[in-house]
Amino acid sequence: MAAASAFSATKFTQPLPLNTTTSRSHDKHQSFFDPLKTTSSSSSFLGSTRKLRLNSASKFNHLANSNRRSAVVAVSDVVKEKKVKSTTNLLITKEEGLKVYEDMILGRSFEDMCAQMYYRGKMFGFVHLYNGQEAVSSGFIKLLKQEDSVVSTYRDHVHALSKGVPARAVMSELFGKTTGCCRGQGGSMHMFSKEHNLLGGFAFIGEGIPVATGAAFSSKYRREVLKQADCDHVTLAFFGDGTCNNGQFFECLNMAALWKLPIVFVVENNLWAIGMSHLRATSDPEIWKKGPAFGMPGVHVDGMDVLKVREVAKEAIGRARRGEGPTLVECETYRFRGHSLADPDELRDPAEKAHYAARDPITALKKYMIENSLASEAELKAIEKKIDEVLEDAVEFAEESPLPSRSQLLENVFADPRGFGIGPDGQYRCEDPKFTEGTAHV
Amino acid sequence: MFGIIRQKVSAGGSPPLAFGQMIRPAVSAWRGYSAAAKQMTVREALNTALDEEMSADPKVFLMGEEVGEYQGAYKISKGLLDKYGPERVLDTPITEAGFTGIGVGAAYHGLKPVVEFMTFNFSMQAMDHIINSAAKSNYMSAGQISVPIVFRGPNGAAAGVGAQHSQCYAAWYASCPGLKVLAPYSSEDARGLLKAAIRDPDPVVFLENELLYGEVFPISAEVLDSSFCLPIGKAKIEREGKDVTITAFSKMVGYALKAAEILAKEGISAEVINLRSIRPLDRHAINASVRKTNRLVTVEEGFPQHGVGAEICASVVEESFGYLDAPVERICGADVPMPYAANLERIALPQVEDIVRASKRACYRSVPMAATA
Repeated sequence: MAAASAFSATKFTQPLPLNTTTSRSHDKHQSFFDPLKTTSSSSSFLGSTRKLRLNSASKFNHLANSNRRSAVVAVSDVVKEKKVKSTTNLLITKEEGLKVYEDMILGRSFEDMCAQMYYRGKMFGFVHLYNGQEAVSSGFIKLLKQEDSVVSTYRDHVHALSKGVPARAVMSELFGKTTGCCRGQGGSMHMFSKEHNLLGGFAFIGEGIPVATGAAFSSKYRREVLKQADCDHVTLAFFGDGTCNNGQFFECLNMAALWKLPIVFVVENNLWAIGMSHLRATSDPEIWKKGPAFGMPGVHVDGMDVLKVREVAKEAIGRARRGEGPTLVECETYRFRGHSLADPDELRDPAEKAHYAARDPITALKKYMIENSLASEAELKAIEKKIDEVLEDAVEFAEESPLPSRSQLLENVFADPRGFGIGPDGQYRCEDPKFTEGTAHV
Repeated sequence: MFGIIRQKVSAGGSPPLAFGQMIRPAVSAWRGYSAAAKQMTVREALNTALDEEMSADPKVFLMGEEVGEYQGAYKISKGLLDKYGPERVLDTPITEAGFTGIGVGAAYHGLKPVVEFMTFNFSMQAMDHIINSAAKSNYMSAGQISVPIVFRGPNGAAAGVGAQHSQCYAAWYASCPGLKVLAPYSSEDARGLLKAAIRDPDPVVFLENELLYGEVFPISAEVLDSSFCLPIGKAKIEREGKDVTITAFSKMVGYALKAAEILAKEGISAEVINLRSIRPLDRHAINASVRKTNRLVTVEEGFPQHGVGAEICASVVEESFGYLDAPVERICGADVPMPYAANLERIALPQVEDIVRASKRACYRSVPMAATA
């Protein structure tokens, strides 16, 4: 619906800067987003959704409008200038478009497959699916390098896939098999991959934010203290709207801005924390505003539109990579399924669900690509078919993989094999057979 | 809260010493080469250990409240800011959950943070990161993400600071797989264990004691060597004996040694084990000693239920039941939040005379105490 028209570059709402005398638009490396800028109007936010709750009769008219109007706020002149220059160009190349499309299809189909496998009893415990939010994961993570880090939440399968962890390894982990990316020791909510710098799914609200901030801290430390001049690694912290009322969020916004850490705080505001509406839980629902409050740019973007997410992500990641500090990005999105597969999902209004279902980010990208002759129907079909095969293979692989052996139970509690520490020779003390016998003479 | 601590530091008796004064020969110069002639406070021991490890490995950094410009709430980090700069000695805001998590995240990425809690009581605000983010990650990631981090700070009962600032967390942390928990007593322990903790590839909870910081201990040349480090998971026999085994850690080791002296005058030979490492626990040393003495007294400041003493009792019952000649005596902090009043505080904590009395009971030299409560 609104998707195609919203791609036009001029839709980037540009509020008036508080101070128009600065020359920031000429100095790209000074400030990409202006941290101190605020919006000129509050109507641009889904602030609208407040009305959506209070005034259900007119909600969709209002929402539809506001969604189109609120593509991005608090973006600096530089972005605007760049957009103006590129008005005639498409927002994405064919190659990039296909890559993003494939990633989104993978994310969606993977989660659908998870639901099937969960109901067949192949996976267990809590399984939180990502359906509907793909534009955020694909829009951000596909712009990263392998060395960049991603810290996720309990809804982490798709972040892992976008970061490059093979579908086989993620599926197998969900099946609790030894070929999983954590050998079956992590599970749905705890995906890790050192190779891909996926630093974990964290199952507690807010827990991942300080860890991500620490990863960003280590990039800065490597550059400044260890003198690894080329260390420009960026960390993305993903979390939801519910987390934004948790203290760790504020603690880390403060320290990330204070120490200018290379991190992007990506809020996936899907409007619901299990059954708690964002508007019922948050005094000021415009989360992006909390960025400027800590001296960092806050950006609000339509999280159902991967091209807009990508634009904002590019700026924010670039800013972090150049050492200009953190950015808070609020992606307004929606999950198409319940909180977890165990959630009856009875509190969300069916009309609200239908509204967002009509804004499916995958359909929108497909439409854009075809309308702009970036891809043919056949090409996109081929991608879908390829992903189907990938997933069939992943399930088959997981199914056939062995369960962890009994002996695995006691492995990996410590990096140090027995937990007795390192000797003066730099070897693990437990490797000295005498060590575990008698009290060491020390 | 900070005001109190600050006051305590300045009122605490021995002011922190300048660097040049750190190692003070206790006797005149001509005997200066004797290994036992040197003395050092626990504070100096911790400071030098931190300093040496930071100088040896640029990945080691210190973060916490007041560790930098203030030189540490208890002056443990004195001089380190000047030497290593604000990039490696980070003054954090008062945000335990935030900065502890940042430390953990940095450790995920191969740095070696030392996170100072102004007191371990404040670590409750960061419990999620110590347990869920640090202790469990190596396992959840099947060994891909190790977390070489040290959480350190004063633990246990302080003096007159009331219930929220006076508590021993040894048993809490020691019950969690994935953590190593160390509790130094002497300057030698402090140096050797802190250096081991920093070099260790896993998360270590390092429980210091505020009241020990200013205490002076003799220290050997070996301990002063920058390569010195103590093994994790090994207890130390502080005093050999044959009639009763007394286990203790941190400040209680000193009490146990005093009790052993008193007992010796009454003809009881007590063996005092300084646990040093609460997890891994040196079960072998404890059981070997009990098999020799046939009697056991455990001492700790923490609460009795599910405590360190309880774990030691279980280990001895499991492994050396047949060797016990008397019921195990468990001495703990009283099962109440710490009272403020000085007289109540005193009776809420184990005292030397409690250890003496319990040891005598174990050796049938006094009548078993009638059941109280």
